Amino acid sequence: MSERNDRLSVFKTYKLYVGGKFPRSESGRVYEVTTRTSAAGTASRDKGKGSWLANAPLSSRKDARDAVVAARKAFGGWSGATAYNRGQILYRIAEMLEGRREQFVREVADAEGLSKSKAAAQVDAAIDRWVWYAGWTDKIAQVLGGANPVAGPYFNLSTPEPTGVVAVLAPQESSFLGLVSVIAPVIATGNTAVVIASENSPLPALSLGEVLATSDLPGGVVNILSGRTGEIAAPLAAHLDVNGIDLAGADAALAKELEIAAAENLKRVLRPGPLDLAADPGTHRMTAFLETKTVWHPTGALGTSGSSY
Amino acid sequence: MSTNTLALPDVTASDQALRRFLHGLPGVDPVGLEARAASLGTRSIKTTAKAYAIDLAISMIDLTTLEGADTPGKVRSLAAKAMRPDPTDRDTPATAAVCVYPDMVATAKETLKGSGVKVASVATAFPAGRAALDVKLADVRDAVAAGADEIDMVIDRGAFLAGKYLKVYDEIRAVKDASGSARLKVIFETGELSTYDNIRRASWLGMIAGADFIKTSTGKVAVNATPSNTLLMLEAVRDFRQQTGVQVGVKPAGGIRTTKDAIKFLVLVNETVGADWLDNHWFRFGASSLLNDLLMQRQKLATGRYSGPDYVTVD
Amino acid sequence: MTKPFDYAPAPESRGLVDIAPSYGLFIDGEFVESTGEERNKTVSPSTEEVLAEYVQANAEDVDRAVKAARKAFEKWSALPGAERAKYLFRIARIIQERSRELAVLETLDNGKPIKETRDADLPLVAAHFFYYAGWADKLDHAGYGASPRPLGVAGQIIPWNFPLLMLAWKIAPALATGNTVVLKPAETTPLSALFFADICRQAGLPKGVVNIVTGDGRTGTALVQHPGINKVAFTGSTGVGRAIARELAGTDKKLTLELGGKGANIVFDDAPIDQAVEGIVNGIFFNQGQVCCAGSRLLVQESVQEEVLDSLKRRLSTLRLGDPLDKNTDIGAINSAEQLARITALVETGEAEGAERWSAPCELPSSGYWFAPTLFTNVTQAHTVARDEIFGPVLSVLTFRTPDEAVAKANNSQYGLSAGIWTEKGSRILAVASKLRAGVVWANTFNKFDPTSPFGGYKESGFGREGGRHGLEAYLDV
Repeated sequence: MSERNDRLSVFKTYKLYVGGKFPRSESGRVYEVTTRTSAAGTASRDKGKGSWLANAPLSSRKDARDAVVAARKAFGGWSGATAYNRGQILYRIAEMLEGRREQFVREVADAEGLSKSKAAAQVDAAIDRWVWYAGWTDKIAQVLGGANPVAGPYFNLSTPEPTGVVAVLAPQESSFLGLVSVIAPVIATGNTAVVIASENSPLPALSLGEVLATSDLPGGVVNILSGRTGEIAAPLAAHLDVNGIDLAGADAALAKELEIAAAENLKRVLRPGPLDLAADPGTHRMTAFLETKTVWHPTGALGTSGSSY
Repeated sequence: MSTNTLALPDVTASDQALRRFLHGLPGVDPVGLEARAASLGTRSIKTTAKAYAIDLAISMIDLTTLEGADTPGKVRSLAAKAMRPDPTDRDTPATAAVCVYPDMVATAKETLKGSGVKVASVATAFPAGRAALDVKLADVRDAVAAGADEIDMVIDRGAFLAGKYLKVYDEIRAVKDASGSARLKVIFETGELSTYDNIRRASWLGMIAGADFIKTSTGKVAVNATPSNTLLMLEAVRDFRQQTGVQVGVKPAGGIRTTKDAIKFLVLVNETVGADWLDNHWFRFGASSLLNDLLMQRQKLATGRYSGPDYVTVD
Repeated sequence: MTKPFDYAPAPESRGLVDIAPSYGLFIDGEFVESTGEERNKTVSPSTEEVLAEYVQANAEDVDRAVKAARKAFEKWSALPGAERAKYLFRIARIIQERSRELAVLETLDNGKPIKETRDADLPLVAAHFFYYAGWADKLDHAGYGASPRPLGVAGQIIPWNFPLLMLAWKIAPALATGNTVVLKPAETTPLSALFFADICRQAGLPKGVVNIVTGDGRTGTALVQHPGINKVAFTGSTGVGRAIARELAGTDKKLTLELGGKGANIVFDDAPIDQAVEGIVNGIFFNQGQVCCAGSRLLVQESVQEEVLDSLKRRLSTLRLGDPLDKNTDIGAINSAEQLARITALVETGEAEGAERWSAPCELPSSGYWFAPTLFTNVTQAHTVARDEIFGPVLSVLTFRTPDEAVAKANNSQYGLSAGIWTEKGSRILAVASKLRAGVVWANTFNKFDPTSPFGGYKESGFGREGGRHGLEAYLDV
């Protein structure tokens, strides 16, 4: 945050991103976000504490609920948009990020205690990840779906469809590349997301909201909350209007607790696992929140030259 | 004049009105229709039910000969068979009718006198129906004058497929008038109409025009009566009666050769329109070789032994 | 001649099947006794006659079965896919050879009509094994990466509505992908699974690849909780599915669930009405409505409501209810006294809430568990019979005015398994199908199944797919 001139800089007030708007937490609460002194950090909020960066909103259960309402409202339009259109928008996000690359490099370096060049590599990879998923939007249905050769006079087609509203617990350590790596696959396929940012490093996530807001992404498709992961995730996991949950940012104990709560309405659960951010992302983060719909229709309406009238 | 010629008069006010009506009938999904017919085809009709069905089927046959080579001798022997299908068992019911060309009506009528077995005559330039209306009507009048109890007419499929429904309608009306007191069976030649939607439309067209029976086919094309097209026509007579109060008969013709086939059709009647259609005033089989198979099965039920072709008469 | 045309009794021969008085558990390739004493009886739902006794497997029995499956896993998973395929092809063929015997058995134990076991269940069972047999040596090409690995031991729990078919849906893909299984059939229908054990023997299947443990929910719990399994596949009620999901939280066990439904069958005014009526009947009265994907909610456009309901009632009056072994029976027995009580209670609730009940006029046999085909009219979204899965021959009829309203009402359910659309307008089919939140949509047909066609639910109808290429995923480490 240091500027090399004598001018007193203007601080940014970090806000949540919900329904396309930037509210403060309805609770009025904030928590202190500091730099990280080492990449080998910990989720515990007192260790590895560095200098003050900002006061982030400390989201409440009600913020989580509002975010679900926004995500549900956005689902019809986003899931109904053409795959091409979704691809265009995801690519636009990459474009917008590229233009604000320096800001994110600085935020990631502060958040994760990285050198500028390492942080830059993270941001570049994150931008490229948006491009990767932008290209997937209109291909995943062809890879996963198709015609099934049923033994009868029926046309039978299986198509992947988005699960609905997905709660996403972003990885705790990788505040930006990890974040993008879990959001992009969820929305590429037409889901809408309620994202809980890394608890100790939420600022890149909150700044991403500003990018999303200027990338033609309809409001409510991605909603970003900062605060205590456990506190926000619990109502989301139990929420009956949330259809899936990605537990990437949960430790084993929290993951188990949330998975139990998620069973109430049979949410699709993506359990936490090793997240190799350098590897080919594959498709599994997309397939985790896709349903397969199979439609049958009779054929055989030919005339007497066919097997039937 | 029959009582039902005024059914739904408004729909025949113009070609357009008739077209709108016929095209407003519910569509037919072919796969679903065929699946239903096939499903009813799995009914297992055994013992007493089979005996009942066999006698019922025999009584519903329009025993038919429609060949260029027909002679008075051939027709007389067919008529004799119609009256006494199984000379070894006088309890065997007679068939419903014999069905011949108009020039054979007098011979058939003479042979069948007093038997109760009706004479049906094909007419209207059977089977193609490609003649001027006055020729067709003359054909009908000849048959009626010779004593035909029933007239089996063919519709103008060309006009139907060209969408000239009112022309088809008018022609049926004219034939109905020319038939006098003879019951009129209207043959659609379903194999040429080609789609089930057309068969449903033709069924309603025929019924509105005064058909006493609607009949699938001439027996002269590749696809004749099938369980599916007969099921569809049964649905049509069922719905027509519900809408107008007028009951119309159904006659599948051509391609029904075995007892097993015939029983499947009777099951269709039983489960689609019910007992009201289960006699020969309302349901007929247009067939020839079917009769001998029914007789062999009848003998088998009576004796427990399988019969053979040498134990039924060849006519 | 007398009217009407009465069909004489046409019973399929019960002598086609030889049921032993008592069965053990099928573990490690042979029938063994339980370490415990508890035994259950399975009865014929149409007569309440006891068909056989079987073991109530305890946790120790389940442990033996899991250990046998674990031991067998090593060799089975290492077998070349082409060899596994040949075992499955053998099984498919033996099922075809013994299909009439198995159809009679299934009808006796389940109560469903022989017409259905003969023409639907058994052909689909054989086809399912045949289909997945062919996958066993082609997994590299299935879209799950090169040499996808099996999970290990699968614990599988199946329901009583399609006992042998659900067994096929579970066992065929599991074995094709190299897993071994411990399967628990439902407590009211254990027999076909026990006969399947004999088919495994005839096929020469290696010991321990398939293990069958019988018993009630306690056996199922022991299986789900067993630390030695890697995967749970369950078909049954949403309540039990939810409990299993909680049980597996925090473990590495993979889970697929195929649960309840309240399928909407939507009939538009331009539908092929006669076929729609058949589809409605097939949708809710197939297998006495004891089908998770049943079209139990009829949504009919107001303009054709009267016509459709008249046709439907007339059609229901022709349904033949009675001896399930009679080849002409359309409606068989309800599977158990317990299920009959549940159906009866829900129907009473429907009446108490003011819905109008109509039942087909048919005589119910004096012994056994029976329920006449029933429909409710004047039903709204708020009625219990429009929301709760009845799992019986009971149809709730609701109306709608516009396609938007039809879609909104169809989706207004915690379930999302199946739906039907009846219209002659092609573009409407595609538009409505794309908006329905259901895993299987039947347009101008209903209740069609095929091994190549993925099946499974949205929302609380469960997750994962069975059938097709998709069905492999549930048993692969991907």
